[in-house]
Amino acid sequence: MAKLVLEKVAKSFGLVNVLPGVDLDIEDGEFVVFVGPSGCGKSTLLRLIAGLEDVSSGDILIDGDSVTHVPAADRGVAMVFQSYALYPHMTVRQNLSFGLENIRMQRPEIERRVGEAARLLQIEQLLERRPKELSGGQRQRVAIGRAITRDPKIFLFDEPLSNLDAELRVLMRIEITRLHERLGNTMIYVTHDQIEAMTMADKIVVLRGGVIEQVGAPLELYNQPRNAFVAGFIGSPRMNFVEGTIGEVSGETFTFTSPDLPAMTLPRRTASLAAGQKVSVGVRPEDLIVSKGKGSGWPVTVSVAEQHGANSYIHCSRPNGEPLLIHQPGQSAVERGDILNVSPVPARWHLFDASGLRIEIEPGQEMAPPILHTAIQ
Amino acid sequence: MVDVTLARKSAPSGTFSWLFARRGRQGFDWSDALTYGFLLLGVLVMFTPVLWVVISSFKTPANLSEFPPTVLPYSAERVEVEGYAQPLPLFEVAGEDGEVRLLAQIRRVGLNAQMIDPQDVEAGPFTVPVASAVPLRQVNFVLENYTNLLVGQGGDIWRYVYNSLFITVVATVITLIMNSMAAFALSKYKFRGRNVALLAILATLMIPATVVLVPTYLIVAQLGLVGNLWGVILPTVATPTGVFLLRQYMLTIPDELIEAARMDHASEWRIFWRIILPLSSPALAVVAIFSILSRWNDFLLPLIVLNRREVFTLQLALASYQNENEIRYDLLLSMTTLTALPLALSFIFLQRYITSGIASTGIK
Repeated sequence: MAKLVLEKVAKSFGLVNVLPGVDLDIEDGEFVVFVGPSGCGKSTLLRLIAGLEDVSSGDILIDGDSVTHVPAADRGVAMVFQSYALYPHMTVRQNLSFGLENIRMQRPEIERRVGEAARLLQIEQLLERRPKELSGGQRQRVAIGRAITRDPKIFLFDEPLSNLDAELRVLMRIEITRLHERLGNTMIYVTHDQIEAMTMADKIVVLRGGVIEQVGAPLELYNQPRNAFVAGFIGSPRMNFVEGTIGEVSGETFTFTSPDLPAMTLPRRTASLAAGQKVSVGVRPEDLIVSKGKGSGWPVTVSVAEQHGANSYIHCSRPNGEPLLIHQPGQSAVERGDILNVSPVPARWHLFDASGLRIEIEPGQEMAPPILHTAIQ
Repeated sequence: MVDVTLARKSAPSGTFSWLFARRGRQGFDWSDALTYGFLLLGVLVMFTPVLWVVISSFKTPANLSEFPPTVLPYSAERVEVEGYAQPLPLFEVAGEDGEVRLLAQIRRVGLNAQMIDPQDVEAGPFTVPVASAVPLRQVNFVLENYTNLLVGQGGDIWRYVYNSLFITVVATVITLIMNSMAAFALSKYKFRGRNVALLAILATLMIPATVVLVPTYLIVAQLGLVGNLWGVILPTVATPTGVFLLRQYMLTIPDELIEAARMDHASEWRIFWRIILPLSSPALAVVAIFSILSRWNDFLLPLIVLNRREVFTLQLALASYQNENEIRYDLLLSMTTLTALPLALSFIFLQRYITSGIASTGIK
């Protein structure tokens, strides 16, 4: 049972205000991922929760008790560090039991817990080795094992997979997810990799410049990003943004014009639109309808067609030179220099105002479910 | 084909391959000759005095005072002659007829010596001019210098050995603990004045030890430690070089390890003992070597603090073998050899750490 509440948690290093004030509730048993570009304060926030840094102001509550002034060791949290931070001169067994020896736990209990953690992570045969004799993935397991033996209320992971190669990262991702299912503890995971965030999280917290931009389930963030930053950050490859102005607004539709593109008539799904308003239309690469030759959409020129076999990524450029990416399932027949006509899939586009905030859709005008593309018509 | 050329090109393998290493590993370059010549010169300059001391320590006092000196230790050959308590020295004596006979000398009187033929004792002693007698000598490494040193003089030497060992070991242990604690604080804690403290410690390097000798003595005297081994141990347990070297090494230990230990309920003391100290062992070894060297060879501070013979260190005892009246070369040489031995051994065993340690002090 561990519910974590952050109340206006602020942190500044000297004159640099890293976190202006964060409010966040994390429910018991949740897998929460802090994600954001580097320098957004996500690691600092984790270290504040761990107790490795002191908060400048605000309060941290675990199960309703303030732990702001409780030393790191007594907060009931365990941390897995980016560099693993295994003690290099100790064997794996000693690494796992060091924390338990420090609280003068009985030998048999230490043995039992170490054995259990080792079995859970399948590192039993490595117990007598030293960290430098282990591979990256094995070290990662030992670091997680060290956290498990302490039986914490909350697990904290600080970019734990960033030192692993791509293949191992996928494996460990699944493994940590399974571990969470088995242990059921609250876990907080920091990463800059939005794929990790999307695949592992129950709840994603997107941070920018120390401010929480949006909190929500992965697909909620994907489908209803609150602003252009979240829309661009979540999802890979990035969402395409087309800036322009609103032309005519009629009852059912409005026209959207961009200086280099022909005007496009889009269904109006919200009341708060005014002619002449500066907006940008966001369309994910997979939400573009493509047709060859003349049409009513935006004309773009193919600059590179990446064929991944199962997927095709078509990098195009708009008449003004700005890039536009199209994702198509399967293999594509387009070639460099082809002119394509693209238009957003109905109800799969987002509208952001000049400040980047999402222009909300009115109730009853929900986003359409994502559709599967067929080959080029 | 490839294998053959590779085999020919590869350097001679084995433990001593470095001895024959050559530039480019092909043929003998002129720079090889220069390199080896220079190294050989270095070896000669460094080792000749040491070798001279060691060889001389096996010479008898008479042999030592000879001029011109001999390279190897020689001693007169002696022979047991019936009717004489002591073995007599043998001489080659050229007779008037040119015949060379082997005679034993009983005593010498002025320019003449009384000799006896060891083969023919019955013939009785006869007088021979010293000029015609050449002493018969052979290479002989005498151990008397060592036995005199170790057994003679009431075994005082063992007291000096004990004193020297006590000072070296205790001072080194305390030095390591003090320096590493200071280095830990200076490298891993952030506090106001940290850099000032480090600079102040390093600044003391600019003050020569001889300048602070008298103040040091006064403090030692105030503490009542004159004539006490602790009076030598305590004044220099904190060394700026040791603190700096350990600090630089500890900076390379990642902070995450300490944070992990802190989350593992380890107290700051436990972090120091269980994490920092084991991980700094290479740097500790270097500091230990420097400390052992300087403590074992230390002379000036013991000279003024240790004023009684019972608390003399080996170095002081060595110095006491020469006074205004005489120099006991025999004891001096044997003791020098014995005194240098522990250091030579420690160098051989800790060489690895010394080179790596000195290299790291240079880089960081």
